[in-house]
Amino acid sequence: MSNIPADLRYAKSHEWARLEADGSVTVGITHHAQELLGDMVFVENPTVGRRLAAGEECAVVESVKAASDVYAPIAGEVVASNAEVERAPEIINHDAYAAWMFRVKPDDAAELDNLMDADAYRAFVDAETH
Amino acid sequence: MAELKQTPLNARHREAHARLVDFSGWEMPLHYGSQVEEHHAVRTDAGMFDVSHMLPVDLRGEGARAFLARLLANDVDKLKTSGHALYSCMLHEGGGVIDDLIVYFLHESWFRLVLNAGCADKDLAWIETWRDRLAPELQVLPRRDLAMIAVQGPQAPARLWQAMPGTRELAEPLKPFNAVAVGEMLVARTGYTGEDGFEIMLPAKPAPYFWQALLEAGVRPCGLGARDTLRLEAGMNLYGQDMDESTTPFESGLGWTVALAGERDFIGRDALLRLPRARDLVGLKLLERGVLRAHQPVFTHLGEGEITSGGFAPTLNASIAFARVPAGVAPGDTVEVEIRARRLKAAVVKPPFARHGRALV
Repeated sequence: MSNIPADLRYAKSHEWARLEADGSVTVGITHHAQELLGDMVFVENPTVGRRLAAGEECAVVESVKAASDVYAPIAGEVVASNAEVERAPEIINHDAYAAWMFRVKPDDAAELDNLMDADAYRAFVDAETH
Repeated sequence: MAELKQTPLNARHREAHARLVDFSGWEMPLHYGSQVEEHHAVRTDAGMFDVSHMLPVDLRGEGARAFLARLLANDVDKLKTSGHALYSCMLHEGGGVIDDLIVYFLHESWFRLVLNAGCADKDLAWIETWRDRLAPELQVLPRRDLAMIAVQGPQAPARLWQAMPGTRELAEPLKPFNAVAVGEMLVARTGYTGEDGFEIMLPAKPAPYFWQALLEAGVRPCGLGARDTLRLEAGMNLYGQDMDESTTPFESGLGWTVALAGERDFIGRDALLRLPRARDLVGLKLLERGVLRAHQPVFTHLGEGEITSGGFAPTLNASIAFARVPAGVAPGDTVEVEIRARRLKAAVVKPPFARHGRALV
Protein backbone atom coordinates (compact mmCIF):
# COMPACT_ATOMS: atom_id res chain seq x y z
CA MET A 1 0.00 0.00 0.00
CA SER A 2 1.70 3.16 -1.12
CA ASN A 3 1.01 6.57 0.30
CA ILE A 4 3.00 9.07 -1.76
CA PRO A 5 1.49 12.58 -1.97
CA ALA A 6 1.87 14.19 -5.37
CA ASP A 7 2.86 17.63 -4.03
CA LEU A 8 6.08 16.52 -2.31
CA ARG A 9 9.62 15.80 -3.43
CA TYR A 10 11.47 12.66 -2.37
CA ALA A 11 15.05 11.57 -1.70
CA LYS A 12 16.44 8.07 -2.33
CA SER A 13 17.10 7.85 1.39
CA HIS A 14 13.30 8.12 1.92
CA GLU A 15 12.92 11.70 3.13
CA TRP A 16 10.15 13.91 1.82
CA ALA A 17 10.54 17.66 1.25
CA ARG A 18 7.87 20.32 0.79
CA LEU A 19 8.43 23.87 -0.40
CA GLU A 20 6.42 26.24 1.80
CA ALA A 21 4.92 29.58 0.79
CA ASP A 22 7.59 31.41 2.82
CA GLY A 23 10.36 29.73 0.82
CA SER A 24 11.38 27.31 3.56
CA VAL A 25 11.48 23.56 2.99
CA THR A 26 9.84 21.14 5.44
CA VAL A 27 11.41 17.69 5.81
CA GLY A 28 10.20 14.37 7.17
CA ILE A 29 10.48 10.67 6.41
CA THR A 30 8.10 8.90 4.07
CA HIS A 31 5.24 6.57 4.85
CA HIS A 32 7.25 3.82 3.20
CA ALA A 33 10.24 4.53 5.47
CA GLN A 34 8.18 4.35 8.65
CA GLU A 35 6.60 1.14 7.40
CA LEU A 36 10.05 -0.39 6.90
CA LEU A 37 11.27 0.75 10.29
CA GLY A 38 8.21 -0.12 12.37
CA ASP A 39 7.10 1.58 15.58
CA MET A 40 9.12 4.76 16.15
CA VAL A 41 10.56 5.23 19.61
CA PHE A 42 13.17 7.99 19.30
CA VAL A 43 13.80 11.03 17.15
CA GLU A 44 16.68 13.48 17.29
CA ASN A 45 16.35 16.54 15.07
CA PRO A 46 19.11 18.93 14.04
CA THR A 47 19.33 22.06 16.17
CA VAL A 48 17.97 25.31 14.82
CA GLY A 49 20.72 27.37 13.22
CA ARG A 50 22.74 24.38 12.02
CA ARG A 51 23.99 24.57 8.44
CA LEU A 52 23.33 21.48 6.38
CA ALA A 53 24.88 20.30 3.13
CA ALA A 54 22.64 18.34 0.76
CA GLY A 55 22.91 14.66 1.63
CA GLU A 56 24.43 15.33 5.05
CA GLU A 57 23.43 13.09 7.99
CA CYS A 58 21.48 15.47 10.16
CA ALA A 59 18.88 13.59 12.22
CA VAL A 60 18.23 10.17 13.64
CA VAL A 61 15.05 8.15 13.86
CA GLU A 62 14.97 4.95 15.86
CA SER A 63 12.27 2.36 15.73
CA VAL A 64 11.79 -0.72 17.87
CA LYS A 65 13.91 -2.43 15.22
CA ALA A 66 16.82 -0.17 14.42
CA ALA A 67 18.39 3.27 14.30
CA SER A 68 18.33 5.05 10.97
CA ASP A 69 20.03 8.23 9.81
CA VAL A 70 18.04 10.98 8.18
CA TYR A 71 19.81 12.98 5.45
CA ALA A 72 19.27 16.60 4.49
CA PRO A 73 17.48 16.56 1.12
CA ILE A 74 18.64 20.11 0.41
CA ALA A 75 21.41 22.46 1.58
CA GLY A 76 20.54 25.31 3.90
CA GLU A 77 20.07 26.43 7.48
CA VAL A 78 17.76 24.72 9.95
CA VAL A 79 15.09 27.27 10.90
CA ALA A 80 12.68 25.06 12.86
CA SER A 81 12.66 21.70 14.58
CA ASN A 82 9.48 19.84 15.49
CA ALA A 83 9.69 19.12 19.21
CA GLU A 84 6.46 17.13 18.97
CA VAL A 85 8.07 14.27 17.00
CA GLU A 86 10.89 14.14 19.52
CA ARG A 87 8.39 13.94 22.36
CA ALA A 88 6.04 11.46 20.67
CA PRO A 89 7.91 9.67 17.84
CA GLU A 90 4.93 7.40 17.17
CA ILE A 91 3.12 10.25 15.41
CA ILE A 92 5.40 9.46 12.44
CA ASN A 93 3.72 6.04 12.25
CA HIS A 94 0.28 7.62 12.42
CA ASP A 95 0.89 10.14 9.63
CA ALA A 96 4.39 10.43 8.23
CA TYR A 97 3.53 13.55 6.19
CA ALA A 98 1.91 15.48 9.03
CA ALA A 99 4.72 14.55 11.44
CA TRP A 100 7.38 16.80 9.95
CA MET A 101 10.83 16.78 11.51
CA PHE A 102 12.58 20.02 10.65
CA ARG A 103 12.51 23.04 8.31
CA VAL A 104 15.38 24.38 6.25
CA LYS A 105 15.89 27.79 4.69
CA PRO A 106 17.40 26.53 1.43
CA ASP A 107 20.51 28.06 -0.10
CA ASP A 108 18.94 27.40 -3.47
CA ALA A 109 15.34 26.19 -3.69
CA ALA A 110 16.02 25.02 -7.25
CA GLU A 111 17.97 22.13 -5.69
CA LEU A 112 14.56 20.57 -5.02
CA ASP A 113 14.55 19.65 -8.69
CA ASN A 114 17.35 17.17 -7.93
CA LEU A 115 14.85 15.17 -5.86
CA MET A 116 12.29 12.71 -7.20
CA ASP A 117 8.67 13.57 -7.84
CA ALA A 118 5.91 11.24 -6.60
CA ASP A 119 5.88 9.04 -9.71
CA ALA A 120 9.64 8.61 -9.71
CA TYR A 121 9.64 7.82 -6.00
CA ARG A 122 6.86 5.26 -6.43
CA ALA A 123 8.89 3.54 -9.16
CA PHE A 124 11.97 3.71 -6.93
CA VAL A 125 10.17 2.08 -3.98
CA ASP A 126 8.68 -0.59 -6.23
CA ALA A 127 12.11 -1.41 -7.63
CA GLU A 128 13.57 -1.62 -4.12
CA THR A 129 10.88 -3.92 -2.78
CA HIS A 130 10.59 -6.32 -5.73
CA MET B 1 19.78 -18.59 -0.25
CA ALA B 2 18.11 -21.77 0.93
CA GLU B 3 14.33 -21.79 1.05
CA LEU B 4 12.98 -20.66 4.40
CA LYS B 5 11.21 -23.24 6.53
CA GLN B 6 7.58 -22.54 7.31
CA THR B 7 5.59 -23.42 10.40
CA PRO B 8 2.09 -24.98 10.18
CA LEU B 9 0.71 -21.48 10.91
CA ASN B 10 2.40 -19.74 7.98
CA ALA B 11 -0.85 -19.28 6.02
CA ARG B 12 -2.48 -17.70 9.08
CA HIS B 13 0.34 -15.16 9.32
CA ARG B 14 0.00 -14.29 5.66
CA GLU B 15 -3.76 -13.82 6.01
CA ALA B 16 -3.09 -11.44 8.90
CA HIS B 17 -0.59 -9.45 6.77
CA ALA B 18 2.31 -10.23 9.05
CA ARG B 19 5.70 -8.82 8.17
CA LEU B 20 7.59 -12.07 7.68
CA VAL B 21 11.32 -12.28 8.28
CA ASP B 22 14.07 -14.88 8.24
CA PHE B 23 14.67 -16.05 11.79
CA SER B 24 17.26 -18.84 12.02
CA GLY B 25 16.17 -20.15 8.63
CA TRP B 26 12.45 -19.94 9.44
CA GLU B 27 9.96 -17.56 7.87
CA MET B 28 8.45 -16.00 10.99
CA PRO B 29 6.21 -13.01 11.75
CA LEU B 30 8.11 -9.97 13.05
CA HIS B 31 4.87 -8.11 13.71
CA TYR B 32 1.33 -7.84 12.35
CA GLY B 33 1.27 -4.04 12.12
CA SER B 34 2.46 -2.60 15.40
CA GLN B 35 5.02 -4.30 17.60
CA VAL B 36 4.35 -1.86 20.44
CA GLU B 37 0.60 -2.51 20.43
CA GLU B 38 1.28 -6.24 20.44
CA HIS B 39 3.58 -5.77 23.42
CA HIS B 40 0.91 -3.87 25.36
CA ALA B 41 -1.72 -6.49 24.45
CA VAL B 42 0.36 -9.14 26.23
CA ARG B 43 0.98 -6.94 29.29
CA THR B 44 -2.66 -5.92 29.65
CA ASP B 45 -4.80 -8.56 27.92
CA ALA B 46 -3.72 -11.56 25.86
CA GLY B 47 -1.46 -12.22 22.89
CA MET B 48 -0.31 -15.33 21.06
CA PHE B 49 2.95 -16.28 19.42
CA ASP B 50 3.73 -18.95 16.87
CA VAL B 51 6.81 -20.61 18.36
CA SER B 52 6.61 -23.72 16.20
CA HIS B 53 10.17 -23.05 15.01
CA MET B 54 11.38 -24.24 18.40
CA LEU B 55 12.08 -27.96 18.50
CA PRO B 56 10.56 -30.32 21.06
CA VAL B 57 12.72 -33.42 21.52
CA ASP B 58 11.46 -36.43 23.42
CA LEU B 59 13.86 -38.61 25.37
CA ARG B 60 12.28 -42.01 25.79
CA GLY B 61 13.53 -45.03 27.63
CA GLU B 62 15.19 -46.21 30.78
CA GLY B 63 17.80 -43.93 32.26
CA ALA B 64 16.50 -40.67 30.82
CA ARG B 65 16.83 -38.92 34.17
CA ALA B 66 20.40 -40.10 34.76
CA PHE B 67 21.33 -39.01 31.23
CA LEU B 68 19.87 -35.54 31.74
CA ALA B 69 21.67 -35.26 35.07
CA ARG B 70 24.91 -35.47 33.06
CA LEU B 71 23.72 -33.38 30.11
CA LEU B 72 22.24 -30.34 31.89
CA ALA B 73 23.72 -27.76 34.26
CA ASN B 74 20.50 -27.55 36.27
CA ASP B 75 19.50 -30.62 38.23
CA VAL B 76 16.62 -32.68 36.84
CA ASP B 77 16.28 -34.29 40.28
CA LYS B 78 14.33 -31.13 41.14
CA LEU B 79 11.58 -32.58 38.92
CA LYS B 80 9.52 -34.83 41.19
CA THR B 81 6.00 -34.76 39.81
CA SER B 82 4.79 -35.50 36.31
CA GLY B 83 4.51 -32.35 34.23
CA HIS B 84 7.05 -30.34 36.23
CA ALA B 85 9.40 -28.26 34.06
CA LEU B 86 12.89 -26.87 34.61
CA TYR B 87 14.89 -24.17 32.82
CA SER B 88 18.51 -25.15 32.23
CA CYS B 89 21.62 -24.47 30.22
CA MET B 90 23.31 -27.25 28.28
CA LEU B 91 27.07 -26.68 28.48
CA HIS B 92 30.12 -27.97 26.63
CA GLU B 93 33.13 -29.26 28.55
CA GLY B 94 34.59 -25.74 28.63
CA GLY B 95 31.56 -24.40 30.50
CA GLY B 96 30.18 -22.37 27.58
CA VAL B 97 26.47 -22.44 26.81
CA ILE B 98 25.45 -24.65 23.86
CA ASP B 99 21.80 -23.75 24.36
CA ASP B 100 19.27 -22.86 27.02
CA LEU B 101 16.18 -25.02 27.16
CA ILE B 102 13.18 -26.17 29.12
CA VAL B 103 12.98 -29.80 30.16
CA TYR B 104 9.61 -31.34 31.03
CA PHE B 105 9.37 -34.44 33.21
CA LEU B 106 6.44 -36.49 31.94
CA HIS B 107 7.33 -39.86 33.45
CA GLU B 108 10.53 -41.76 34.29
CA SER B 109 10.96 -42.98 30.75
CA TRP B 110 9.76 -39.81 29.03
CA PHE B 111 11.28 -36.34 29.28
CA ARG B 112 10.79 -33.59 26.72
CA LEU B 113 13.29 -30.85 25.88
CA VAL B 114 12.35 -27.69 23.98
CA LEU B 115 15.30 -26.30 22.01
CA ASN B 116 15.93 -22.95 20.35
CA ALA B 117 15.35 -23.04 16.58
CA GLY B 118 18.79 -21.71 15.73
CA CYS B 119 20.49 -24.30 17.93
CA ALA B 120 18.34 -27.34 17.16
CA ASP B 121 20.69 -29.07 14.71
CA LYS B 122 23.85 -28.70 16.78
CA ASP B 123 21.92 -29.54 19.97
CA LEU B 124 20.62 -32.75 18.45
CA ALA B 125 24.09 -33.75 17.28
CA TRP B 126 25.45 -33.04 20.76
CA ILE B 127 22.68 -34.91 22.54
CA GLU B 128 23.01 -37.91 20.23
CA THR B 129 26.77 -38.05 20.67
CA TRP B 130 26.41 -38.16 24.45
CA ARG B 131 23.48 -40.56 24.21
CA ASP B 132 25.67 -42.98 22.21
CA ARG B 133 28.36 -42.68 24.87
CA LEU B 134 26.25 -42.77 28.03
CA ALA B 135 22.86 -44.28 27.31
CA PRO B 136 22.80 -46.06 23.93
CA GLU B 137 19.35 -47.52 24.63
CA LEU B 138 17.77 -44.09 25.06
CA GLN B 139 15.66 -42.81 22.16
CA VAL B 140 16.17 -39.20 21.06
CA LEU B 141 13.07 -38.21 19.09
CA PRO B 142 12.84 -34.76 17.45
CA ARG B 143 9.17 -33.76 17.24
CA ARG B 144 8.95 -31.72 14.05
CA ASP B 145 5.39 -33.04 13.81
CA LEU B 146 4.35 -30.65 16.58
CA ALA B 147 3.36 -27.01 16.40
CA MET B 148 3.78 -24.74 19.40
CA ILE B 149 1.68 -21.73 20.35
CA ALA B 150 2.35 -19.45 23.31
CA VAL B 151 -0.74 -17.70 24.71
CA GLN B 152 0.40 -15.00 27.13
CA GLY B 153 -1.09 -12.22 29.20
CA PRO B 154 -3.37 -11.69 32.20
CA GLN B 155 -6.41 -12.69 30.14
CA ALA B 156 -4.67 -15.68 28.51
CA PRO B 157 -6.32 -18.32 30.72
CA ALA B 158 -9.85 -16.95 30.28
CA ARG B 159 -9.43 -16.67 26.53
CA LEU B 160 -7.93 -20.13 26.28
CA TRP B 161 -10.95 -21.62 28.12
CA GLN B 162 -13.18 -19.74 25.71
CA ALA B 163 -11.32 -20.97 22.62
CA MET B 164 -10.84 -24.54 23.82
CA PRO B 165 -13.21 -25.33 26.69
CA GLY B 166 -11.75 -28.84 26.89
CA THR B 167 -8.44 -27.50 28.22
CA ARG B 168 -9.88 -25.81 31.29
CA GLU B 169 -10.36 -28.69 33.69
CA LEU B 170 -6.75 -29.87 33.42
CA ALA B 171 -4.96 -26.59 32.69
CA GLU B 172 -6.64 -24.28 35.20
CA PRO B 173 -5.02 -25.87 38.29
CA LEU B 174 -1.54 -25.75 36.70
CA LYS B 175 1.09 -23.90 38.70
CA PRO B 176 3.87 -21.98 36.89
CA PHE B 177 6.40 -24.31 35.26
CA ASN B 178 4.02 -27.23 35.20
CA ALA B 179 2.45 -28.95 32.24
CA VAL B 180 -0.32 -31.42 31.59
CA ALA B 181 -1.28 -33.58 28.64
CA VAL B 182 -4.70 -32.73 27.24
CA GLY B 183 -5.43 -35.34 24.60
CA GLU B 184 -2.66 -34.99 22.04
CA MET B 185 -1.64 -31.58 23.38
CA LEU B 186 0.85 -30.69 26.06
CA VAL B 187 -0.29 -27.55 27.86
CA ALA B 188 2.44 -25.88 29.95
CA ARG B 189 2.15 -22.87 32.23
CA THR B 190 5.37 -21.39 30.92
CA GLY B 191 6.32 -18.46 28.72
CA TYR B 192 8.85 -15.88 27.70
CA THR B 193 7.00 -12.67 28.54
CA GLY B 194 6.80 -12.25 32.31
CA GLU B 195 3.03 -12.72 32.20
CA ASP B 196 0.73 -15.58 33.07
CA GLY B 197 -0.05 -17.87 30.19
CA PHE B 198 0.58 -21.14 28.45
CA GLU B 199 2.82 -22.71 25.89
CA ILE B 200 0.90 -25.37 24.02
CA MET B 201 2.48 -28.10 21.92
CA LEU B 202 0.04 -29.80 19.60
CA PRO B 203 -0.01 -31.76 16.34
CA ALA B 204 0.65 -29.58 13.30
CA LYS B 205 -2.60 -30.40 11.53
CA PRO B 206 -5.12 -28.90 13.97
CA ALA B 207 -2.80 -26.01 14.91
CA PRO B 208 -4.26 -23.50 12.39
CA TYR B 209 -7.81 -24.20 13.69
CA PHE B 210 -6.64 -23.74 17.24
CA TRP B 211 -4.95 -20.44 16.27
CA GLN B 212 -8.19 -19.30 14.62
CA ALA B 213 -10.22 -20.19 17.72
CA LEU B 214 -7.86 -18.15 19.89
CA LEU B 215 -8.11 -15.26 17.42
CA GLU B 216 -11.92 -15.38 17.65
CA ALA B 217 -11.65 -15.45 21.44
CA GLY B 218 -9.86 -12.08 21.26
CA VAL B 219 -6.24 -13.15 21.52
CA ARG B 220 -4.00 -10.82 19.53
CA PRO B 221 -1.36 -12.36 17.22
CA CYS B 222 2.08 -11.11 18.21
CA GLY B 223 5.37 -11.38 16.36
CA LEU B 224 8.97 -11.94 17.27
CA GLY B 225 9.48 -8.20 17.77
CA ALA B 226 7.08 -8.03 20.71
CA ARG B 227 8.40 -11.35 21.96
CA ASP B 228 11.85 -9.78 22.17
CA THR B 229 10.79 -6.62 24.04
CA LEU B 230 8.59 -8.64 26.39
CA ARG B 231 11.36 -11.10 27.27
CA LEU B 232 13.86 -8.28 27.74
CA GLU B 233 11.51 -6.45 30.13
CA ALA B 234 10.92 -9.75 31.92
CA GLY B 235 14.68 -10.12 32.40
CA MET B 236 14.98 -13.27 30.31
CA ASN B 237 18.09 -14.07 28.29
CA LEU B 238 18.13 -14.66 24.55
CA TYR B 239 20.52 -17.30 23.27
CA GLY B 240 23.06 -15.99 20.78
CA GLN B 241 22.81 -12.48 22.16
CA ASP B 242 23.11 -12.67 25.94
CA MET B 243 25.02 -15.95 26.06
CA ASP B 244 26.62 -18.38 23.68
CA GLU B 245 29.35 -21.00 23.57
CA SER B 246 31.99 -18.45 24.55
CA THR B 247 30.29 -17.42 27.80
CA THR B 248 29.47 -19.37 30.94
CA PRO B 249 26.14 -19.16 32.78
CA PHE B 250 27.92 -17.21 35.55
CA GLU B 251 28.92 -14.54 33.03
CA SER B 252 25.38 -14.48 31.67
CA GLY B 253 23.23 -13.82 34.71
CA LEU B 254 22.29 -17.49 34.77
CA GLY B 255 24.26 -18.66 37.80
CA TRP B 256 20.93 -19.38 39.51
CA THR B 257 20.26 -22.14 36.96
CA VAL B 258 23.50 -24.03 37.68
CA ALA B 259 23.14 -26.71 40.34
CA LEU B 260 26.68 -27.12 41.70
CA ALA B 261 25.69 -28.56 45.06
CA GLY B 262 26.59 -32.18 45.70
CA GLU B 263 28.74 -34.41 43.53
CA ARG B 264 26.63 -34.49 40.36
CA ASP B 265 29.08 -34.60 37.47
CA PHE B 266 27.40 -32.64 34.68
CA ILE B 267 29.16 -31.65 31.46
CA GLY B 268 30.95 -28.34 32.02
CA ARG B 269 31.02 -28.59 35.82
CA ASP B 270 34.82 -28.81 36.13
CA ALA B 271 35.29 -25.78 33.91
CA LEU B 272 32.76 -23.75 35.88
CA LEU B 273 34.58 -24.54 39.13
CA ARG B 274 37.94 -23.66 37.59
CA LEU B 275 37.16 -20.54 35.57
CA PRO B 276 37.28 -17.09 37.19
CA ARG B 277 33.99 -15.20 37.21
CA ALA B 278 35.40 -11.98 35.89
CA ARG B 279 32.26 -10.73 34.14
CA ASP B 280 28.59 -10.55 34.92
CA LEU B 281 25.41 -9.73 33.05
CA VAL B 282 23.48 -6.79 34.56
CA GLY B 283 20.41 -4.77 33.70
CA LEU B 284 20.67 -1.16 32.51
CA LYS B 285 18.08 1.58 32.33
CA LEU B 286 18.99 4.59 30.22
CA LEU B 287 18.65 7.84 32.17
CA GLU B 288 18.72 10.07 29.09
CA ARG B 289 16.91 10.14 25.75
CA GLY B 290 18.04 7.47 23.32
CA VAL B 291 17.87 3.77 22.63
CA LEU B 292 20.26 1.16 24.00
CA ARG B 293 21.24 -1.44 21.40
CA ALA B 294 23.30 -4.61 21.36
CA HIS B 295 27.08 -4.08 21.06
CA GLN B 296 27.17 -0.50 22.32
CA PRO B 297 30.21 -0.08 24.61
CA VAL B 298 29.58 0.42 28.34
CA PHE B 299 31.99 2.29 30.61
CA THR B 300 31.96 1.42 34.31
CA HIS B 301 34.17 2.32 37.29
CA LEU B 302 35.65 -1.19 36.98
CA GLY B 303 36.34 -1.13 33.24
CA GLU B 304 34.58 -1.57 29.93
CA GLY B 305 31.68 -3.80 29.03
CA GLU B 306 29.19 -4.23 26.22
CA ILE B 307 25.45 -4.31 25.77
CA THR B 308 24.22 -7.75 24.73
CA SER B 309 20.51 -6.96 24.24
CA GLY B 310 18.91 -3.55 24.27
CA GLY B 311 15.89 -1.70 23.10
CA PHE B 312 12.90 0.42 23.88
CA ALA B 313 10.76 -0.99 26.67
CA PRO B 314 7.12 -0.04 26.02
CA THR B 315 5.98 -0.85 29.58
CA LEU B 316 8.60 1.51 31.03
CA ASN B 317 8.55 4.03 28.19
CA ALA B 318 12.33 4.02 28.51
CA SER B 319 15.25 2.16 27.04
CA ILE B 320 16.65 -0.88 28.83
CA ALA B 321 19.37 -3.42 28.20
CA PHE B 322 21.42 -6.32 29.39
CA ALA B 323 25.14 -5.59 29.51
CA ARG B 324 28.11 -7.83 30.14
CA VAL B 325 30.36 -5.85 32.48
CA PRO B 326 33.26 -6.51 34.86
CA ALA B 327 32.15 -8.45 37.93
CA GLY B 328 31.47 -6.12 40.83
CA VAL B 329 29.35 -3.61 38.91
CA ALA B 330 26.13 -3.66 40.90
CA PRO B 331 22.60 -2.26 41.02
CA GLY B 332 22.75 1.35 42.16
CA ASP B 333 25.86 2.10 40.10
CA THR B 334 25.71 4.55 37.22
CA VAL B 335 27.53 3.72 34.00
CA GLU B 336 27.95 5.40 30.63
CA VAL B 337 26.92 3.95 27.30
CA GLU B 338 28.39 5.18 24.04
CA ILE B 339 25.69 5.93 21.49
CA ARG B 340 26.74 7.60 18.23
CA ALA B 341 29.99 8.92 19.73
CA ARG B 342 28.23 10.39 22.76
CA ARG B 343 28.26 8.99 26.28
CA LEU B 344 24.86 8.74 27.96
CA LYS B 345 24.19 7.81 31.57
CA ALA B 346 22.47 4.58 32.53
CA ALA B 347 21.54 3.11 35.89
CA VAL B 348 22.52 -0.45 36.75
CA VAL B 349 19.33 -2.23 37.85
CA LYS B 350 18.38 -5.71 38.86
CA PRO B 351 16.19 -7.46 36.26
CA PRO B 352 13.34 -8.14 35.73
CA PHE B 353 12.43 -4.66 34.50
CA ALA B 354 8.70 -5.43 34.26
CA ARG B 355 6.39 -8.31 35.02
CA HIS B 356 2.67 -8.88 35.38
CA GLY B 357 1.81 -5.63 33.65
CA ARG B 358 3.92 -3.41 35.87
CA ALA B 359 7.28 -1.67 35.64
CA LEU B 360 9.64 -2.80 38.41
CA VAL B 361 12.60 -0.47 37.92
